[in-house]
Amino acid sequence: MAARAVGLVALAALVALPPLLPKYFLEVLISVLFYAYLGESWNVLGGYAGQFSFGHAAFFGIGAYTSTLLFLRLAVSPWIGMVAGGLLAAGFGLFAGSLSFRYGLRGPYFSLVTLAFAEMLRVVAVNTKAVGSSLGLSIAPRSAPALFLFDGKLPYYYVILAMALGAVLLTRAIERSKLGYALHAVRENEDAAEAAGVDTLAMKLRAMAISSFLTALGGTFYAQYYGYIDPSLTFGPAVSIQGLLQAIVGGAGTVLGPFVGSFVLTPISELSRAALRGRAGADVMLYGLILVLVISFLPHGLVGWFRRR
Amino acid sequence: MSDLLRVRGLTKRFGGLVAVNRLDLDVGAGEIVGLIGPNGAGKTTAFHVISGFHVPSAGEIVFKGASVVGQKPHAICRRGLARTFQIVQPFAGLTALENVMIGAFNRTGDVAEGRAHAREVLDFVGLGSHRDAPARTLTLADRKRLEMARALATQPELLLLDEVMSGLNPTEIDQIVGLLRTIHARGVAILLIEHVMRAVMALSHRLVVLHHGEKIAQGPPGEVARDRRVIDAYLGESA
Repeated sequence: MAARAVGLVALAALVALPPLLPKYFLEVLISVLFYAYLGESWNVLGGYAGQFSFGHAAFFGIGAYTSTLLFLRLAVSPWIGMVAGGLLAAGFGLFAGSLSFRYGLRGPYFSLVTLAFAEMLRVVAVNTKAVGSSLGLSIAPRSAPALFLFDGKLPYYYVILAMALGAVLLTRAIERSKLGYALHAVRENEDAAEAAGVDTLAMKLRAMAISSFLTALGGTFYAQYYGYIDPSLTFGPAVSIQGLLQAIVGGAGTVLGPFVGSFVLTPISELSRAALRGRAGADVMLYGLILVLVISFLPHGLVGWFRRR
Repeated sequence: MSDLLRVRGLTKRFGGLVAVNRLDLDVGAGEIVGLIGPNGAGKTTAFHVISGFHVPSAGEIVFKGASVVGQKPHAICRRGLARTFQIVQPFAGLTALENVMIGAFNRTGDVAEGRAHAREVLDFVGLGSHRDAPARTLTLADRKRLEMARALATQPELLLLDEVMSGLNPTEIDQIVGLLRTIHARGVAILLIEHVMRAVMALSHRLVVLHHGEKIAQGPPGEVARDRRVIDAYLGESA
């Protein structure tokens, strides 16, 4: 009951307060929700099914490029392009997943293969003129809500808030479904899961499809919000790492873990960047140190730590 | 007696090692068959092959009239053949109830129904009071029960039990024997690997003895126990 009350108050604050915030804080809050969303998306596969993808940038990039190219070349609204990108990413996820799962790649081997897939797409994008090669693609700013383009930050804030909340609700529904139990079984022990009648390959592919679809929607949001994408911003390893960090620090395989992770990590990242301005790389080092400490002392993430107390 | 499981010429090689060699094995509906033999005789390998974890090098496995060779373990489980592992494999991070629910979802897609069935099975194996305990906190004896509960929840017609009594004390063994009798009375056939002779003699209608991957004897427990080759296998040839 107390948890529910806290949740409702937090939700009310997230909906009501942003119009009153200064621009800088609004931007930070958009980042927080954006990374929370990426974390939630990764969490379905990485947290619940225990398949540690290091290559979610592949799906993010597919989402960003699909909607942007459809918009720039064919004038398709990114709202529609977003869904197209999601479906394409899910298709790619199923392809990459069935290749790696069918050949029994588990643990670190799966992680490496996903990383390789994302890098492959990055290199392809860099070398393909039709998608702007390393110069990337830009979307000119204007106000056209039907085209996922808004005046000012606030509408983007509400879009990413809705996406993040949607991802949380979807995750909660999965957790309570037969699929959620099956994914937990896969994560805990694949042989025992098979013996208990769980089709582990099908379950992993299902998690892969959902996770990659969601991640691709995040890619479209990124393209529309920043108005610019290039291969390393979208297909680069940093995107993959950002998603999994929120989940791991907050609590992988929990509904709110990525949310909590992002609410802690993103402000730390912003603050360290501001505090250590002018010393290139120092902020990343501080950020890295905090991560090492959290992972060493809170192996089940912040949510796991709260539950244990 | 109608054959539930019919194994013919089952062979499993690992490189040059023949772990199971031309094994013939039948389990009839409602039968309890004990699979015994010294360590390394190939009993667990035979289980792995029958339950789909290993593909046989040769031979056929027919369950309920249809071949299951090449099928994945989950598909074999869905057909009604469930197994336990010699080294218990609980979903350590999940509660006892959740462990059993995963088995129960074999027969239902409804979470509430799965939960209700899992509760019944947990009560049945005597773990009802540990329902919400994480599996990793259970004692070995309780984990063995949990392993059986998870297999039972899949509603099998044939249960393959791999040393569910090893490491237990005599009281716990008696409880498991009683439990297996009840499971059998509910119409489930059982194929069990067991080193606890007292239990396997008391339970089994028939014994099959493996030695170096080959079947060296079979028959009613009393007969098999007097079989010269069986005694040699257990005590050494010169005895």
